[in-house]
Amino acid sequence: MSESRKTNIINEKNMINIMYLPALILFCIFVFYPFVSGIRISFTNWNGFSQNFEYIGWLNYKNLLHDEILQLALKNTLIYGIGSTILQQMLGLFYAVFLDKKFIGSKTTRTVVYLPVLIAAVIMGYMWYFIFQYNSGALNDVLRVLGLESVDWLAKGNQAVWIITLVNTIQYTGVSMVIYLAGLQNIPKMYYEAAQIDGAGPISQFFKITLPLLYPAIVTSVTLNLIGGLKLFDVIKALTNGGPGYSSHSISTLVDHTYFKTQAAGYSSAMGVILFLIIMGVALLTIKIFDKNEVDM
Amino acid sequence: MKTFLKNNWLKTIIAGVICLIHIVPFYISITVALKAKTDLSSRWILPKELYLENFIKAIERAEIFSAMKNSLIITITAVLIITILGAMAAYPLARNRSGLNKTMLNVILAVMMIPPLSILVPLLTFVTRIGGVSTFWGIILVVATYQLPLSIFLYTNFIRTIPMDLDNAASIDGCSSFSIYYKIILPLLKPVTATVIILVGVNIWNDYQFSLYLLQDPDMKVVTLAVANFFAQSSSNFGAASATALMAICPITVMYLFLQQYFVKGMVDSAIK
Repeated sequence: MSESRKTNIINEKNMINIMYLPALILFCIFVFYPFVSGIRISFTNWNGFSQNFEYIGWLNYKNLLHDEILQLALKNTLIYGIGSTILQQMLGLFYAVFLDKKFIGSKTTRTVVYLPVLIAAVIMGYMWYFIFQYNSGALNDVLRVLGLESVDWLAKGNQAVWIITLVNTIQYTGVSMVIYLAGLQNIPKMYYEAAQIDGAGPISQFFKITLPLLYPAIVTSVTLNLIGGLKLFDVIKALTNGGPGYSSHSISTLVDHTYFKTQAAGYSSAMGVILFLIIMGVALLTIKIFDKNEVDM
Repeated sequence: MKTFLKNNWLKTIIAGVICLIHIVPFYISITVALKAKTDLSSRWILPKELYLENFIKAIERAEIFSAMKNSLIITITAVLIITILGAMAAYPLARNRSGLNKTMLNVILAVMMIPPLSILVPLLTFVTRIGGVSTFWGIILVVATYQLPLSIFLYTNFIRTIPMDLDNAASIDGCSSFSIYYKIILPLLKPVTATVIILVGVNIWNDYQFSLYLLQDPDMKVVTLAVANFFAQSSSNFGAASATALMAICPITVMYLFLQQYFVKGMVDSAIK
């Protein structure tokens, strides 16, 4: 191959990069530009509509440090993120192992568990509201039949946070289940046969073979669930709208509330920046931890 | 053989309990939707006779069909943009692995993780300034942009599995990179395109966060907004609200039941690779 032909090919290889230009332009307009201007707004006292505003330096961020509502929202965000992730892995793994081998009803169960994944979270939230509602809620109906007092499920902040976590878990367990089912199919059957010959019982087979070989699936599922849980917004809007008071807000719903209810666009933007940093931080941390473990194995 | 059968039935019973837990909100919503406001019987009990007034209210007052029409226009147009631009963008990213393109891929991955609410203020300000609030083009461009990374990733991973020999052979025959893409790669993208359409289509149909801010005109509401608005307004009439919710989830539920394996396969493909 002559020298000129080679450079030709290299040039042409770089030329094809123009094929991602349209996508890049969209990212610049609707992602990067708003992102940068969001950082700029976070250093102002802008109210969201006025023409006048001032740059106030780090004041919004300093105030955020002492904002008790934000601290509560941060704590809730972590419960939504980590809580649903742990519950979803346990439930998803159990469903996958349980439904892996065919029996009457196994296929239907997979279908039913995965169905909520495809339904808008905000609509799913409203559907669960019929169950947790105080007056004539389905759960209180059960309590009444059992002769127990009705409970106002969503009236206590801490309880509401866990109910939201549970609703989110039940909706998205299907994702973990499907990922683990796919992971299980990649484990060669002969490992189990060999273990059986060696006299290993089902429990030690699970911990010695299934769990370690599911590692890549676990990484995927945990990362997906964690990021989804930390972003939680729709279900909270439907079930409590952050209430009672501020007690079930996530950072996402608090950004929304701060912007629309108190017109503090600058402050709200600063919160948005914090939310972004948390999600990026957690994502990078997860990738790092898992990468390191993979080397160790 | 006997113990085998016994185990089987125990498993089936456990599976039944699992199904019940996950189906309960659907069941309760159905009983609520089928009862009149005056029917105070337990939500666990199906009504003695069907009461369809709530569904008429969902159509007339929540305007669920007009919301579905809006959702459909937005979803179809955005999915079209996403598949075309996504497949195009993926080709150089998969075939020309320079340092620049590696960085591009990482940036795209980062875009995938941005929580919409973290850029709410600037995005809404910007779309307002360019006159895109409560317009089809405004919401379509925004949701398309934020779903593009997923499609670029799926296409990039898929194109990498297509043997380079095909490209090389065509190159020797005098094909330019662009015609290789058009004549050889593009026709092979059918299976992954089905995955992209399903995943991205579901995400856009279900979008609430962008729609909530960018579609402020009541005539522009999409299904998620129609349901949310109706619930917020009609705290006294949950039957009609429930009927609206059920009608809103109907299209996707029916599609899922018929195309189940594609939905699940799409999810797995996007997650594992």
